[in-house]
Amino acid sequence: MALDDRKSQFLYVGTTPDRPDGLDKVTGRAKFGADAYAPGMLHGAILRSPHAHARIKRIDTSRAEALKDVKAIVTRADFADVPFAPGLEGEFWNVLENVMAGDTALYDGHAIAAVAATSALAARDALKLIDVRYEELPHVTDVDEAMKEGAPVIREGAADYSVPEGMHPNVVRYHESGHGDVEAGFAEADLVIEDHFVTEATHQGYIEPHACLATLGGDGKGELWCCTQGHWIVQKTCAALLGIETSQLRVTASEIGGGFGGKTTVFIEPVALALSRKANRPVKIVMSRNEVFRATGPTASASMDVKIGMKKDGTITAAEGVFRLQGGAFPGAPGDMTAMCAFAPYNLTNVRQVGYDVMTNRPKQAAYRAPGSPMAAFATESVIDELCKQLGLDPIEVRLKNASHEGTKASYGPRFERIGLVETLEAAKAHPHYSAPLKPGQGRGISCGFWFNHGGETSVSLSLSEDGTVQLAVGTPDIGGSRASMALMAAEVLGVPYENIRVTIADTATLGYNDVSHGSRVTYASGLATIKAAEDAVQRLCARAAAKWGIPEDAVKWENGCAVPSGPNAGEFDPLPLAEITATMGQTGGPISGHYEATPEGAGVSFATHIVDAEVDRETGKTKVVRYTVVQDAGKAIHPTYVEGQFQGGAAQGIGWALNEEYIYNDSGRLENPLFLDYRIPVASDLPMIDTVIVEVPNPGHPYGVRGVGETSICPPLAAIANAVSAAAEVRMRRLPMSPPRVLSALKSDG
Amino acid sequence: MVEVHLWSALRRFADGRETVEVEASTVGQMLDALKRDYPGLAAPIDAGVSVSVDGRIIASDLTEPVAPESEVYLMQRLRGG
Amino acid sequence: MSKIHVTTTVNGDEMEFLCDPRETLLDVLRDRLNLTGAKEGCGTGDCGACSVTMNGRLVCSCLVLGAEAEGAEIATVEGIAQGDRLHPLQRKFIEHAALQCGICTPGILVAAKALLEKHPDPTEEQVRFWLAGNLCRCTGYDKIIRAVMDAAAEMREAA
Repeated sequence: MALDDRKSQFLYVGTTPDRPDGLDKVTGRAKFGADAYAPGMLHGAILRSPHAHARIKRIDTSRAEALKDVKAIVTRADFADVPFAPGLEGEFWNVLENVMAGDTALYDGHAIAAVAATSALAARDALKLIDVRYEELPHVTDVDEAMKEGAPVIREGAADYSVPEGMHPNVVRYHESGHGDVEAGFAEADLVIEDHFVTEATHQGYIEPHACLATLGGDGKGELWCCTQGHWIVQKTCAALLGIETSQLRVTASEIGGGFGGKTTVFIEPVALALSRKANRPVKIVMSRNEVFRATGPTASASMDVKIGMKKDGTITAAEGVFRLQGGAFPGAPGDMTAMCAFAPYNLTNVRQVGYDVMTNRPKQAAYRAPGSPMAAFATESVIDELCKQLGLDPIEVRLKNASHEGTKASYGPRFERIGLVETLEAAKAHPHYSAPLKPGQGRGISCGFWFNHGGETSVSLSLSEDGTVQLAVGTPDIGGSRASMALMAAEVLGVPYENIRVTIADTATLGYNDVSHGSRVTYASGLATIKAAEDAVQRLCARAAAKWGIPEDAVKWENGCAVPSGPNAGEFDPLPLAEITATMGQTGGPISGHYEATPEGAGVSFATHIVDAEVDRETGKTKVVRYTVVQDAGKAIHPTYVEGQFQGGAAQGIGWALNEEYIYNDSGRLENPLFLDYRIPVASDLPMIDTVIVEVPNPGHPYGVRGVGETSICPPLAAIANAVSAAAEVRMRRLPMSPPRVLSALKSDG
Repeated sequence: MVEVHLWSALRRFADGRETVEVEASTVGQMLDALKRDYPGLAAPIDAGVSVSVDGRIIASDLTEPVAPESEVYLMQRLRGG
Repeated sequence: MSKIHVTTTVNGDEMEFLCDPRETLLDVLRDRLNLTGAKEGCGTGDCGACSVTMNGRLVCSCLVLGAEAEGAEIATVEGIAQGDRLHPLQRKFIEHAALQCGICTPGILVAAKALLEKHPDPTEEQVRFWLAGNLCRCTGYDKIIRAVMDAAAEMREAA
């Protein structure tokens, strides 16, 4: 099907049936990462560095090994890069180094050694008997400090080609892009505002800690059960780290208790496999919350300078930003993405953006929903808000005046295809929230947000049963109800009821490669592949009907779940329902299934506009979000209730990031708050209901017009809330989180 | 010939040019030609790039077509959460 | 280390187990009694994913020792449905899409059931404060609150 004859009338798509895994999840029988057990299973535990930066002089495991309950101990020497084994390079090496320290502990929480024992308690007891001699090294955890001359070097030679000469070795990637002449643009402006903004690292905060159950034998064959956003990348990475063949490791994804980007890599899985290989028994590892905070990916933290010029009528004449992101002790902080997202909502003649990726003694950052974009929006949209305020302009009108639309040259280069930013702004302007009166002490903030979205490698397989029901195998773990969306799209093509389709997340042995559930790609890419696989099956169904009727295959079409003659010339035949074709498929050519494997490119970027009302208590500095409205372009909402859920979830995470959540490091470089009591994510009593408006501007790159929705929803909240708090407190907030002490001090010192 | 726009940090690897022209009919051919004609661009391309063709961002598929009239931009490789 | 012998009742069934004195009720439910509905999200009583009731009182099972279950009546998510008949809360959670990943759902259902037994007609604020000990990272709580309110309304009508 050509994409220009995109379907717009739907029977199933756009309805909101119950999710297929609902019953399992409300009865407690859904199996998550930690819910798997195996005969003869051992429990693993990991020893972690108490130091921010220290050379590992010696690891003595003899006392732990002497315990009868201990069956295996591993250190870095048990992984694939032991001398004379093929060396690992690039990101595989980084992951290995993160999973188990080499000669240096690079952050508080870095894995040093691991034990497998007959019980979880025995394993933890054994850790206490491992003696590690450290030589402490100078450390740095702050991004601006890490770039200064004389800052401790995390690792020499980690910078790539992109970093210009003369920068500190901790600067490992550099990005610069834009167009036009920003200096000329600033000269045209009636008002130019330049300001500095800071955000702290936050954690994805999924409620399910990482967990896995691993079996690996001396024959190089393994089985791995784990909670992950993508089991093929786990398979590929673990195979590389363990020095085994990829196909010999079968990985099954458990139900996943939240990921948000944080479960797109491996942490404990290679360790459990190494322990299992050594003990020759299955090994289960479940992280504690403390380990999750200290050793799995938080976001990057950011230090940013943004300068924007505006005319009195609201026209932006130029924009410039410098974004410094700290991503822990490895390359990977999204300085480039932050820079590229920063000004994307706006049609700019003159724009320049610079991004830095900086290493520090913190855990390796991992993706978190639209990595980089929320911080960028915080800086950019705060400056735009201040310009609107000082020029006496309406913030939505100003954004509409400058908004990117189809054909606009994006701040990051190319021209936009069909996009829906203007539609989200118009919907926000028309929403009753925007014109509702505010009470004294309250402020209103708005912000736009942008994210690229992603396609990625995708395989889907669909097979029909004799009774006319459908089995659909997809390879993207379901992190928010995607099985329902897949079934809806398959139902739409096949014309069979939603309930007749069973969707399974296939393991690595039973389906082709699939990229991770990230980049808001699942409903887009697995959805597209599901549609194509269903169309493939339809073609085969039509061929069977054609054979039965004795007419050419192209004289048969598919309509409402039946094969029918394609026109009056094809002949007079009664519609042949799917179940009648499948009932005899064994005798008419064999089983019928459909497949699709591709890397769909056409994810389509997406935009959102959020409106927030906040109330600030001037006595305590506490902020309460009193009203929140999310307006976002979904392209086409397949299951609108779960689209709303993505909007609301992104907004809630943004509220946490804006108001409370932060990684707090002390002078020794140790994380001070590695538990939910002190790292406070929003609870039910912190939040209001979150209103949603689904805007549908179809994505030209998807047969039904779908755009990813998972990530864009977290892009506007930091800025929208900061603008609301700044309005309520009558002082510009430049640092996140806007926790009560920070708001109080801002009230006292005027920011 | 296909005209390829470079992000500004890349221009120092292509004699300061904002755009370069190469002979190619697919994304893969285009990247190979860039590496051949501008060896300085090999490192960034090998590190991973996305390519925007007429506004559509191609993250990895080297078989996607490009034509002389296409608007083509090299972009940093996109990563998602 | 010598283990402790414990006899207890879980979801109405009498059960016995041996446990280490340091094992929590959550460890015991999951690892010894094969009841993996209660989840460990934090181990410090901050997330509520391990919520169960003990003698009718809502507790974080990660903060209770297994040995303390001696003679107690424990109720977990696995006991909420009666045979094939789902509790109204369970039905409403599915209907309102009040779960995305579902890891917090068992704890929230146990806590919400305890709420409705005590306050059959709660206000939104009451529901929000009662569930403030149960973290959900996916939903923003909106649909959870609606599901609980709707289940409460249905249960009042049926009563």
